[in-house]
Amino acid sequence: MNFWERMYLPAIAKGLGITIRHFFKKIPTVKYPEEQRPYSKNFRGLHSLKRDEEGRERCTACGLCALSCPAEAITMIAAERTKEEMHLYREEKYAAVYEINMLRCIFCGLCEEACPKEAIYLDGPHVTADYLRKDFIYGKDKLVEPVFDITKLNPEKTN
Amino acid sequence: MEGAFILEKLILVVIVFTISLVIAMYSTLAERKIAGFMQDRHGPNRAGFGGILQPLCDGGKFFFKEEIIPAGAHKPLFVLGPTLAIITACISSAVIPWGQTLTIGGREVVLQVADINVGVLYIFGVVALGVYGIMLGGWASNNKFSLMGAVRAASQSISYEIPMGLSIIALLMVTGTLSMGEIVAQQSGFVNWNIWAQPIGFLIFMVCAFAECNRVPFDLPECETELIGGYHTEYSSMKLGLYMFSEYINMFVSSALMAALYFGGYNFPFMYELGLSENWITIIGVLVFFLKIFGFIFFFMWVRWTLPRFRYDQLMGLGWKILIPLAIANIVLTAAVIIVKDTYF
Amino acid sequence: MSLFYLVAFIAIFFALMTIFTKNPVHSVLYLVVTFFTLSVHYILLNAQFLAVVNFIVYMGAIMVLFLFVLMLLNLNEDTEPMKSNLVKIMGVIAGMCLFATLLGAFRVIEPSNELVTGNTEIGLVKHLGNVLFNEFLLPFEISAILLLIAMIGAVLLAKKEVKEIKKA
Repeated sequence: MNFWERMYLPAIAKGLGITIRHFFKKIPTVKYPEEQRPYSKNFRGLHSLKRDEEGRERCTACGLCALSCPAEAITMIAAERTKEEMHLYREEKYAAVYEINMLRCIFCGLCEEACPKEAIYLDGPHVTADYLRKDFIYGKDKLVEPVFDITKLNPEKTN
Repeated sequence: MEGAFILEKLILVVIVFTISLVIAMYSTLAERKIAGFMQDRHGPNRAGFGGILQPLCDGGKFFFKEEIIPAGAHKPLFVLGPTLAIITACISSAVIPWGQTLTIGGREVVLQVADINVGVLYIFGVVALGVYGIMLGGWASNNKFSLMGAVRAASQSISYEIPMGLSIIALLMVTGTLSMGEIVAQQSGFVNWNIWAQPIGFLIFMVCAFAECNRVPFDLPECETELIGGYHTEYSSMKLGLYMFSEYINMFVSSALMAALYFGGYNFPFMYELGLSENWITIIGVLVFFLKIFGFIFFFMWVRWTLPRFRYDQLMGLGWKILIPLAIANIVLTAAVIIVKDTYF
Repeated sequence: MSLFYLVAFIAIFFALMTIFTKNPVHSVLYLVVTFFTLSVHYILLNAQFLAVVNFIVYMGAIMVLFLFVLMLLNLNEDTEPMKSNLVKIMGVIAGMCLFATLLGAFRVIEPSNELVTGNTEIGLVKHLGNVLFNEFLLPFEISAILLLIAMIGAVLLAKKEVKEIKKA
């Protein structure tokens, strides 16, 4: 190294130049909860149990999803529909308890493919963190999609 | 000594203290923000708008953390360590001239706490005293790693005081006075700034200021990544907070010093040509001074996120084998130039 | 005047503490406080330069080095070497001699009745510099050379001797 290089000052100035350039660069970080990156079309997130056009649950508790699940994350208890429950469940047999253990689930989407009634889709958001293991077992309260009421959605347009 | 004079100084002291504490507080946020921007990140942005409340949260956290004093520690000295560190950091701002005189209701108020005629030496003495806080803290912890850290910090501090003093001597040969007030007053306008007369001296002074503040690339006293933490290994809670805080206050004070000694302090170009009233010139001057200080603080942080850390033998080599001879050469050069100037021009 | 007595009392108190304390680190710290009070004395005498230099050199440099060595040595009360009676007696005699000399010196001094004010700015840097570089130029330069020699000596002592490699 010659004298000029041994002073290191030019090298330091060069380094400072690089860092100050980065100072004014656009920041690629996405502030997650406020902004979200666009998801891919075939992104698989939280499961949702679908309803049909009349708002009845589609699931018939056949157990194919539980069978196809490689992680054995799905458990369900079937029940028979009574007369009064006609408006709630589409099929004669329905799932009284439907639980997915989110710690076991690998979001492979095989349940989605196995379902003959098109009742389960992995179209939700990320599964959030929690404090207790038991809180990761999602029941029907979290999985079944809310009743879709078109009149409430946009009252002016439907009148 | 009249009552009004004491009251005036008291108010000034309180203002200076508050400002330096607030600036030290927000330096921590600025540091993390700047680190973020330089690494293409956002930095802290959760507490308040853009993270503006982050320092308060950190302070609160420091207060509520568990206070641990090791069983084998020397208790009085263990407490005295951080106390000394923060006191010495605070009192060094006493001689810095923040601005010219302000006329309030026919009364001239000098914006400087004390213009003692050995002001530069006073700062130097206080800086020298700062070593005690570190050494006592390290020794009183009764931990060999703390002690080694303290010894490392102290020897670094002592080593870099020497070139710092020598670079100031060259500056004093130019100014001919030790009073901070006069040194700044001499640099009115833009051409009279001492940086033009003492570029090498400024460089040495700045490098030493980095070392005295334990900033990167000279942050060996506490290098977080490869050594345990240096002299404050055993400290927790607000005592650790005080050490950190004193470091940031030191950074503020040395930025103020560099701005005052070499960059004209409150002076700005065309300050008398614009036709402003005295008070306005003073107020703008104070703002300009703070702008310069913030510039230097930014530079401190900029360097931190650019340069890697020195190895310890490199640090000592730089201090003793390069900076000291360079500073002495600078003194000789300055003296020669002054003699030539005085005899021939 | 009362300020003087206060500071003098503190100075003497801490000087005594320096001697009587058993822990060497405490001793050094008390000595630091003593030096600080001495600096205050200099300021009271309007010798600002001397005060600050005392501050920087003694408190900031020399005592730090003392502390440095003591901390590394890890001296405790139990590691203190036992002093023989002979050493103690020698110490007492030496102390008495110093005391006698001081007493003699004080007796010679005639206290002046008038309060000599003279030039109050004699302790400021400008006057000190003028005196040092005019009247006392030779002693000043000689002491500078002395310091330089001491410095070179220290470097020589600290430097390792390069062992000559014998040719095989």
